[in-house]
Amino acid sequence: MPNMELKIEKIRNGTVIDHIPSGMALKVLKILDIDENVKTTLSIGIHVSSGKLGYKDIVKIEDRYLASKEIAKIALIAPNATVNKIKDYEVIEKYTVTPPSEIIGIVKCSNPACVTNAKEPISPEFYVISTNPIRIKCKYCEREMEGKDIIQNII
Amino acid sequence: MMLKGKDIISIKDLSEKEIFEIFEVAKEMVPIAKGRSLDLLKGKVLATLFFEPSTRTRFSFETAMYRLGGNVISFADPKLTSLSKGETLADTIRMVDSYSDVIVMRHSYEGAARLASKFAEHPVINAGDGAGQHPTQTLLDLFTIWSHIGKIKDLNVGLIGDLKYGRTVHSLAIALSNFGANLYLVSPKGLEMPDHILREIREKVKPKITDDMNSIIGDLDVLYVTRIQKERFPDISEYLKIAGSYRVDLALLEKAKKDMIIMHPLPRIDEIAPEVDYTPHAKYFEQAFNGVPVRMAILSLVLGVR
Ligand SMILES: [Zn+2]
Repeated sequence: MPNMELKIEKIRNGTVIDHIPSGMALKVLKILDIDENVKTTLSIGIHVSSGKLGYKDIVKIEDRYLASKEIAKIALIAPNATVNKIKDYEVIEKYTVTPPSEIIGIVKCSNPACVTNAKEPISPEFYVISTNPIRIKCKYCEREMEGKDIIQNII
Repeated sequence: MMLKGKDIISIKDLSEKEIFEIFEVAKEMVPIAKGRSLDLLKGKVLATLFFEPSTRTRFSFETAMYRLGGNVISFADPKLTSLSKGETLADTIRMVDSYSDVIVMRHSYEGAARLASKFAEHPVINAGDGAGQHPTQTLLDLFTIWSHIGKIKDLNVGLIGDLKYGRTVHSLAIALSNFGANLYLVSPKGLEMPDHILREIREKVKPKITDDMNSIIGDLDVLYVTRIQKERFPDISEYLKIAGSYRVDLALLEKAKKDMIIMHPLPRIDEIAPEVDYTPHAKYFEQAFNGVPVRMAILSLVLGVR
């Protein structure tokens, strides 16, 4: 990937999310609550050629580090992504995102009759029953969700 | 005493060992359920919370409690509770839990019983949540088979009728496959077993799937008939045609094994001809009765007196 650096500049401080499935970068921004009110510089590469995956997306966020809960969210839509913490142009920490075995309060249940969608003092909770592709199961109504269903229901 | 303090929310929460423990105790409870009362649960209070009406299930839990010498509290009409004033279910449960030793609940929200079990200190028994789980029905169905035939493994069990929307038949099918029964799934087109249930069944056994009852009736040890509801059909003539071809009558039974048993969760409409009631195959009234000893067993086990 010799041309990569020309397309997307290195950042000094911040986070690089790499190996996002091609076309999913905007979903990653959505789950990180990055919208038109963004206050940091972003670089987004969509459909970038990559030896490993064929094509991939890449997102660089300057001056922001991600909380572990945010990294877990990314795992839901980009299970092979890597998250690099950058300081002074150097990678100081590198995570591969692994979905947690349980998901609490990140996704809402797609079953409208589920008690977690009623006004009750509980968070939606899911078991992760398979990771690639990711499939989750509501602990309350036992409905299974995957793919688009999960992405559309990210809180 | 494995089950002491345990919530009974989904049949999947119970191990095979726990299910057989319930069966053994239920067997002992049969004569007591028939009228020889006991004071095993004297001084204990059961709260029955039926936010959705189900007379049969509620009667059978309340009878089970009274036969064991316990007491029952319940609300006359769920519409009159503070829930209708906007109180959360969680708060209602906290309050009722402080008055009682065990809660039986039926609610239209799926997962409502699981929620209740989070907020109650005492055991919660799910008596049906939306289109979700109804574990005590599954247990009494399994108990009826087990008490008649002595085993569940390797039996040929036919599930007939509406396998798509039937509340009870999904968890029954999964439980039967866990026990190693051979499943025959017979339903009209459009009312087949949903894929996610089939996926779970296929982890254990390979079901035979057909829409023709005549072709498999001779293989069966158990014929489990479910209701086909009029509302599922756009027009009445279609319903009548389907309902007619899935009716169990004497002619069909000529091809059945002599000791095949017929079950039905009741109430039935036209699925089983009344003439069948007088054959030795008919076990559906006994199945309904078994709701009492099975629920007596569950109540006494979760309350730790057995
Ligand atoms: Zn749910």
